[in-house]
Amino acid sequence: MAATTQTIEQVEQATGKYKYGFVTEIESDKAPKGLNEDTIRFISAKKDEPEWMLEWRLKAYARWLTMTSPDWAKLDIPPIDYQDSYYYAAPKQAEKLASLDEVDPELLATYEKLGIPLNEQKRLANVAVDAVFDSVSVATTFREELSKVGVIFCPISEAIRDYPELVKKYMGSVIPVGDNYFAALNSAVFTDGSFVYIPKGVRCPMELSTYFRINEQNTGQFERTLIIAEDESYVSYLEGCTAPQRDENQLHAAVVELVAMQDAEIKYSTVQNWYPGDENGKGGIYNFVTKRGVCRGARSKISWTQVETGSAITWKYPSCVLQGEESVGEFYSVALTNNYQQADTGTKMIHIGAGSRSTIISKGISAGKSQNCYRGLVQMQPTAENARNFTQCDSLLVGDRCGAHTVPYIVSRNPSAKIEHEATTSRISEDQLFYCLQRGIEEEAAVSLIVNGFCKEVMKELPMEFAVEAQKLIGISLEGSVG
Amino acid sequence: MTALLEIRDLHASVGDTPILKGINLTLNAGEVHAIMGPNGSGKSTMSYVLAGRNGYEITGGDVLINGESVLELSPDERARAGMFLAFQYPVELPGVGGMSFLRAAVNARRVEAGEEEVDQLAFVKMVRAKAGELDINDDMLKRAVNVGFSGGEKKRYEILQMALLEPTISILDETDSGLDVDALKIVSDGVNMLRAPERTMLVITHYQRLLNHIVPDHVHILAGGKIRKSGGKELALQVEETGYAGIDDAA
Repeated sequence: MAATTQTIEQVEQATGKYKYGFVTEIESDKAPKGLNEDTIRFISAKKDEPEWMLEWRLKAYARWLTMTSPDWAKLDIPPIDYQDSYYYAAPKQAEKLASLDEVDPELLATYEKLGIPLNEQKRLANVAVDAVFDSVSVATTFREELSKVGVIFCPISEAIRDYPELVKKYMGSVIPVGDNYFAALNSAVFTDGSFVYIPKGVRCPMELSTYFRINEQNTGQFERTLIIAEDESYVSYLEGCTAPQRDENQLHAAVVELVAMQDAEIKYSTVQNWYPGDENGKGGIYNFVTKRGVCRGARSKISWTQVETGSAITWKYPSCVLQGEESVGEFYSVALTNNYQQADTGTKMIHIGAGSRSTIISKGISAGKSQNCYRGLVQMQPTAENARNFTQCDSLLVGDRCGAHTVPYIVSRNPSAKIEHEATTSRISEDQLFYCLQRGIEEEAAVSLIVNGFCKEVMKELPMEFAVEAQKLIGISLEGSVG
Repeated sequence: MTALLEIRDLHASVGDTPILKGINLTLNAGEVHAIMGPNGSGKSTMSYVLAGRNGYEITGGDVLINGESVLELSPDERARAGMFLAFQYPVELPGVGGMSFLRAAVNARRVEAGEEEVDQLAFVKMVRAKAGELDINDDMLKRAVNVGFSGGEKKRYEILQMALLEPTISILDETDSGLDVDALKIVSDGVNMLRAPERTMLVITHYQRLLNHIVPDHVHILAGGKIRKSGGKELALQVEETGYAGIDDAA
């Protein structure tokens, strides 16, 4: 028996580097395959949505039909058949859950396996978690504790029913339905996601986190997150994501909107570990995501930190609209591609407010036969008196069959604005590698050490609880990239 | 008794150019050997070939640790077998914290030996104790490996690593280069502390002055890819007087 277990583990180790590639066997409730108005009505009905929400979705759908998939990124995207996918899949369970005890044990076990315990006894210390499984939120922890200080943290489907005024006011206010092809698609068919509201003057007492899991086959995940931080409030939010190992590609098109009012601060961190496909480029998630925050009030601050190691294709540009005077936008990014992965990612910093400041630190690592592109826009509007930007883009190449590209766009319409851009491209040198090896460190560990060193400026921006995990992830994602 | 390190008729080339042309050397436990030679004699090549660096082709001969050939072993395997190379030009590792680097190196050896990994707290204590003796302060330990270190600091850091890893075979490649008199003394004292009956050292140097501090048991003159002459410590003094030209009578 023990020998059998060991063999299975060995086989798994040899074949699957992606440790989250398992599938949960659970019965699910799905929308009919394909995308049309009926699909959207089905989703809206499933979510028990008010009429205005359905109308909003249908309007977005009509808009989407007139749009075309963006082709300006340095990505080779195979044609996607939007009719060959399910747009809603939910694990079958009791309609309303009074407590976690009613959550299907299979689901609890799944999250346990992913390192996200939802059980009362085992919860992550000081981190509230919203667990989204395929198209629905299955559990949200610490809600009561949070509500004591007035913080709302709930699935967005619930917020649409319970806080319609807030949702109506802010949803689509940062990213309009017709912003781009994938945002329009998401607006039409989004299924779940998180809603966060921090009232005036409140410092959210714990980290908030959403954990996204795609499980079903042929299913797209379209989540939508909305975070509102009122005057003088603070919140730190983290999202994580994984998916089973499958041979076909799956689409993930999310929308995240952040609103920071006067003197408010939102820190948004992502550890993206969607299934990247196998070493031959088969399978993997298409991660086409629109994330944008607006610093609406004076001295407000939005900070994006992302560690992107997963997905077959990533198309993602978390941005800041710096409207408030002296508002601050930050973008810290590590994007790592291996094997046949492609990433086109970066940010946009739109300076409108006088004295607004932004910092962009991007670290791209390409290994295997992957292509990794930083694409970023810094724009100084005529009103952005004395605004400043500092951008640093560093690319690291591992091996000689991968590509690193940097495409910065800079637009300045105000002569008092200052923009700095620094960029480097380097390789892990033979000298560095030999130095580590000579100290007895194995080659893969040495590469991981050097790459983590390269990313350090970004990693230190992650919340403590996740920094260690992210470091390990970098090491795992680089496996097989040397030798 | 088996030698800790034995080099048998070693030939090595870079591209089509032969650099080492038949080196024989036996290092027994407790012995310190010095290799002296003019520039271009193959000294650094020899240290790299012994450590297993890529880019050198072994065209003949053998290298044995404890009687076993290591030519098929990768550099990290040789290191874990007990070989340490103090670099002439230590390499900077931007962003890589010194402590995590040192701990990874120490733990790699422990795991190989079937021992438990050292935990962070115990490790910090261990490093501080050894660092003090080498005049390495906490600030230096906190920085990224070799980044922003002066020449002298880099060399001291090499010796610190040597002290932590406790290698049975230490190869010091021009450890004296770029050091002033005071730094030379600190580094040499550090090396002398590590002399032990169960260890051996190969001190590679261009100048005799290092050997006033690290007194060798045997001195070998390397020129044109071959050991031209071997003798006791007095051979180093002879080089100092007559230069390498006057030594080349054994060829």
